[in-house]
Amino acid sequence: MINKVVSNAQEAVHDIQDNAVVMFGGFGLCGIPENCIQALLRSGVSGLTCISNNAGVDDFGIGLLLKTRQVKKIISSYVGENAEFERQLLSGELEVDLIPQGTLAERIRAGGAGIPAFFTPAGVGTEVAEGKEVREFHGKLYLLEQWLRADFALVKAWKGDSSGNLIYRGTARNFNPMMAAAGKITIAEVEELVPLGELDPNHIHTPGIYVQRIFQGQQYEKRIEQRTIRK
Amino acid sequence: MLDKIGIAKRIAQEVKDGMYINLGIGIPTLVANYIPTKLNVVLQSENGLLGIGPFPTEVEVDPDLINAGKQTITMMPGSSLFSSSESFGMIRGGHVDLTILGAMEVSEQGDIANWKVPGKMVKGMGGAMDLVASAKHIIVAMQHCSKEGASKLLTQCTLPITGIKCVKKIVTDLAVLDVLPSGGFKLLERAPGVSVEEIRKATAGKLMIEGEIPEMVLD
Repeated sequence: MINKVVSNAQEAVHDIQDNAVVMFGGFGLCGIPENCIQALLRSGVSGLTCISNNAGVDDFGIGLLLKTRQVKKIISSYVGENAEFERQLLSGELEVDLIPQGTLAERIRAGGAGIPAFFTPAGVGTEVAEGKEVREFHGKLYLLEQWLRADFALVKAWKGDSSGNLIYRGTARNFNPMMAAAGKITIAEVEELVPLGELDPNHIHTPGIYVQRIFQGQQYEKRIEQRTIRK
Repeated sequence: MLDKIGIAKRIAQEVKDGMYINLGIGIPTLVANYIPTKLNVVLQSENGLLGIGPFPTEVEVDPDLINAGKQTITMMPGSSLFSSSESFGMIRGGHVDLTILGAMEVSEQGDIANWKVPGKMVKGMGGAMDLVASAKHIIVAMQHCSKEGASKLLTQCTLPITGIKCVKKIVTDLAVLDVLPSGGFKLLERAPGVSVEEIRKATAGKLMIEGEIPEMVLD
């Protein structure tokens, strides 16, 4: 098996250059590549185009990269909960492309699966449809949407092995598997890096072929956005 | 007139045994509290879970388990987990039986507007456009009028549209209405203490009233 292990986040992201297109796994703050984000903060790379379902909060997730003005453009489905984001958007410093969540997920899936475009009903009759081909199939209208690919995909998994096989946990899976397949270079950070043979092949979510680099992350905070308790 | 809980209770009466259901944020989330326990239903969370359980106790809190509103949750026995593309595959593929969501406006054609207000910060549509474009059955939970008293049940939506010709049923603080395939709001029930005349005044779009309109029965 091919060994893809790198020693840490800094080494993993060393060649992410200014103006790169980068996918970030996660939904809200759940399943985000915390260590890679920290490493990008330290590397100081700028002009990033971030493809991520959300934009983090002011002091966590992609919000950290917004604060340091390292992000030029963000492609997301929902970007609330972030005051710095709002400020940069209104001042024109930040470019934003909002995409229906299912379309975003499928565009990324299509990118990884070699499907350059597909038809979806989401957004027909709305401003999302502007400039897009609309075609009728079986009496219903659909929009032509194109794949999304990236220079780098940063994903977070629960467990992984040295050949890049990944297993996610709970709803932290979300956008990570499709992004893993859609990055030219996919960097996986995992909570637990295990020796080859330890993961049951029946339970692998992302096969290692999609992953170019893997490392065990440190000090996961796993911040909770809306801690909601039953009384 | 119904409060939010009243709207949620009335919508819960639409839930049938064996349904897979997606609940939006706000009043729709409250519906889960009033689904009769004798019914077997499965709640879908678009971030990748079938089988949403109750909110966790302090010790059960798990940062890897959240709903689409980013709240901590638990899983019911028999749950399944999947990716976002699989999640929207099951939504788009018509496998989810019922979608309940909020709205700022609904038109008499069944168009819905619920994602963007011009002049206000745009947060994004999230999964709303995918859900309304594909759901087999959509029930909208909303206030009949704005705080200023303007009707939100209109001939045409004035706000940017989320989806066209998709809403089938509306439960407001004043009434239960069907959106007819041929266009128009058909009045089915009145909220307790609300007259047909009040509903007529509060509805800007085409309202159809046939015979006696019963008052809602809530537990």
